[in-house]
Amino acid sequence: MDFAFDEDQEELRRTVRAFLEATAPEAETRRTMETEAGYDQALWRRMGSELGLQGLAIPEEHGGAGAGPVEVGLVMEEMGRAMLCAPYLASAVQATTALLHSDDEEARTELLPALAAGEQVATLALTEDSARWNREGVTLTARAGADGGWLLDGHKTFVLDGAQADVVLTVARATDGIGIFLVAGDAPGLTRTTLPTLDLTRRQARLEYRDVPARRLRTRGDGWELVEVVLRHSAVALAAEQVGVASRALEMAVEYAKVRHQFGRAIGSFQAVKHLLADSLMEVESARAAAYAALLSAQNGEGDLPMAASLAKSLCSDASVKVTQDNIQVHGGIGFTWEHPAHLYFKRAKTSQLLLGDSAYHRELLAQAIGV
Amino acid sequence: MDISYPPEAEAFREEVKDFLAEQLPADWPGIGALDEEPAWEFSRKWRELLAERGYLSVTWPREHGGRGLSKLHQVVLMEELAQAGVPFGMPHDTFGVKMLANTLLRWGSEEQKKHFLPRILAGEDVWCQGYSEPDAGSDLASLTTRAELDGDEWVINGQKVWTSGAHHSDWIFVLARTNQEAPKHGGISFLLVPLNQPGVEVRPFRMMSGQLHFNEVFFTDARTRADLVVGGVDNGWTVAQSLLGVERGEEAATNPILFKAELERLIELARMYGKDRDPVIRQRIAWCWAKVETMRNLGYRILTGWLKGAAPGPESSIAKLYWSEYHLQVTDLAMDIMGMHAQVPVGRPPLRTFRADDPGAANSSGSWSTTYLVARSGTIYAGTSQVQRNILAEKVLGLPREPRAAQK
Repeated sequence: MDFAFDEDQEELRRTVRAFLEATAPEAETRRTMETEAGYDQALWRRMGSELGLQGLAIPEEHGGAGAGPVEVGLVMEEMGRAMLCAPYLASAVQATTALLHSDDEEARTELLPALAAGEQVATLALTEDSARWNREGVTLTARAGADGGWLLDGHKTFVLDGAQADVVLTVARATDGIGIFLVAGDAPGLTRTTLPTLDLTRRQARLEYRDVPARRLRTRGDGWELVEVVLRHSAVALAAEQVGVASRALEMAVEYAKVRHQFGRAIGSFQAVKHLLADSLMEVESARAAAYAALLSAQNGEGDLPMAASLAKSLCSDASVKVTQDNIQVHGGIGFTWEHPAHLYFKRAKTSQLLLGDSAYHRELLAQAIGV
Repeated sequence: MDISYPPEAEAFREEVKDFLAEQLPADWPGIGALDEEPAWEFSRKWRELLAERGYLSVTWPREHGGRGLSKLHQVVLMEELAQAGVPFGMPHDTFGVKMLANTLLRWGSEEQKKHFLPRILAGEDVWCQGYSEPDAGSDLASLTTRAELDGDEWVINGQKVWTSGAHHSDWIFVLARTNQEAPKHGGISFLLVPLNQPGVEVRPFRMMSGQLHFNEVFFTDARTRADLVVGGVDNGWTVAQSLLGVERGEEAATNPILFKAELERLIELARMYGKDRDPVIRQRIAWCWAKVETMRNLGYRILTGWLKGAAPGPESSIAKLYWSEYHLQVTDLAMDIMGMHAQVPVGRPPLRTFRADDPGAANSSGSWSTTYLVARSGTIYAGTSQVQRNILAEKVLGLPREPRAAQK
């Protein structure tokens, strides 16, 4: 019985935290979120070459560390704490999971080493204007072209880091079912537009496809099954990120409540504030327990992953929105300003709650998974 | 990360499973399936059997009739009993076996241990707890029941309240003020007092659920022997504090089992009332499921710390706050599922006074509506939700203490 990270995992956490504190303080987040790319490419390469963060879940023969979802989740948690601007969820989780669980060793050999090293970025393009996370939402079409290739027509939107990615794994409808197609970021016929996002620390893009040449990723069975696997692993990783976002927001609120004085007392000595923060602590601890259980389930490839993923996604998202919102409340007027970081955490929490399906959607999936 | 138990605990689990398989019928639905009288009869016999096999005293040292096993063994036992739908002793064993015996093992004199422990185990003495007073609830240390030495006896005067089961008990362990000069927490002693004497009057009163459970206990020149003080005169606050948390590790493991069984019963209730396709009800069921699963995982985290030897600390407030607040919600959902039928209780109320009804209980409005009412007490007893939040804010988050009112 040891529901805690082991020593290697704790060492990884300490390393990542120290690295991010040194290289990505708030000032860097604010600088980076205003840049066109939305992330620091030099830092991304260092994360790959010095720490190997992008390749944690990638086997050693493809240039990774051969660890798994627990380690990836731990990194997501730390990146959430640091409010890092980086395409980690898109590239190291979504695209990497799709490749790892595909039946396409050739694609793995070709793409994974560059992703692991931080030399390239990949993403998954699934949602369209209907903003649906299910199979029916996929209307972009794939038709067979010359010499075994494919041509894609349609659009995708809300694509994480879609304007920056070197490779876009595009979910499309072919005559024989749903497939995942590898599209180069600079492919002819592909138009990419960065969307104005509420959360400036994670880029999204709209992609228009006009006869875009693509290669089909080989999958076991229908491609949608693989998309579901990717969505579950992404939900678990994002839940872990929410734990980091929420726990840092709680720390901020507690630090402030100890030093801010009104009526001659630290505001944290008033029960109205104490109870708000105690409830936030409950939310953070619950979210942590749910996220870690889901990471363990993802790591062990257990059959309860659909349940654990939807549970963690809804519970951790709701917790993070509440805690980041209460952080603003505890800070009072200053918490509502652009200068204070509280809004960065709140916006990340809320947009992540909506991303990959909102909490009501995941609770319905959970109800189905438990047989109701 | 590894949430499996070590082999010695799993070996013990097998032993307990074998014991249960041997003692219970194959189709045993849980004690909840029995009517009131047969259930009490079963409980009494079951308790004797547990005591005889050493299952009431798993962690006690061998010289006191225990098996000398670890806390984890106790957790495993509690898990298996909860899974099987059988109780750990009688309701009063919470006070005798769990609270007083553990206190005596830690603080008692050799004479106290030798005299009381075998009697507790055999069920010869039934115990209750005398802590709260009309003017000392959350602020327990302001209690005013006092005890004064008169020769070789303590003379006790004052009143206790919320005394569970006093009307069926032989003895009460009492926190009483033995030093009027000492600071609030410093002048309290932990005394063992026989109930059957002229100076003690026990008055039961009815809870809002209609059940008789609590009592007022009045002490008017009640007496007990001078040597029946546990852990030293004026040291009662420390003794009482050390008890908190004794059960927490077990509860971390057993609450999720109890509440999962209750939730499965609620899902069945939703099907019975044709509400399982209602999207709002589905959302609320899924929310409850997420809470109970997370209760289990929070429990593993608490258990991990507990087994690594961390003293039971403020995380026990997380567990208490978590389950009691959850229980308000799930019982409210049950009422909403039953709708108009909920306000017409049919069928017997739960046999156990607190938390969920027992496994096997009929899925009736009588069961759920009582549980719904009783759930309102969960956020009050054993430390209100507000006190738990204060503890979390001050002990875990390190926020400044509330300025105290000047002492009288």
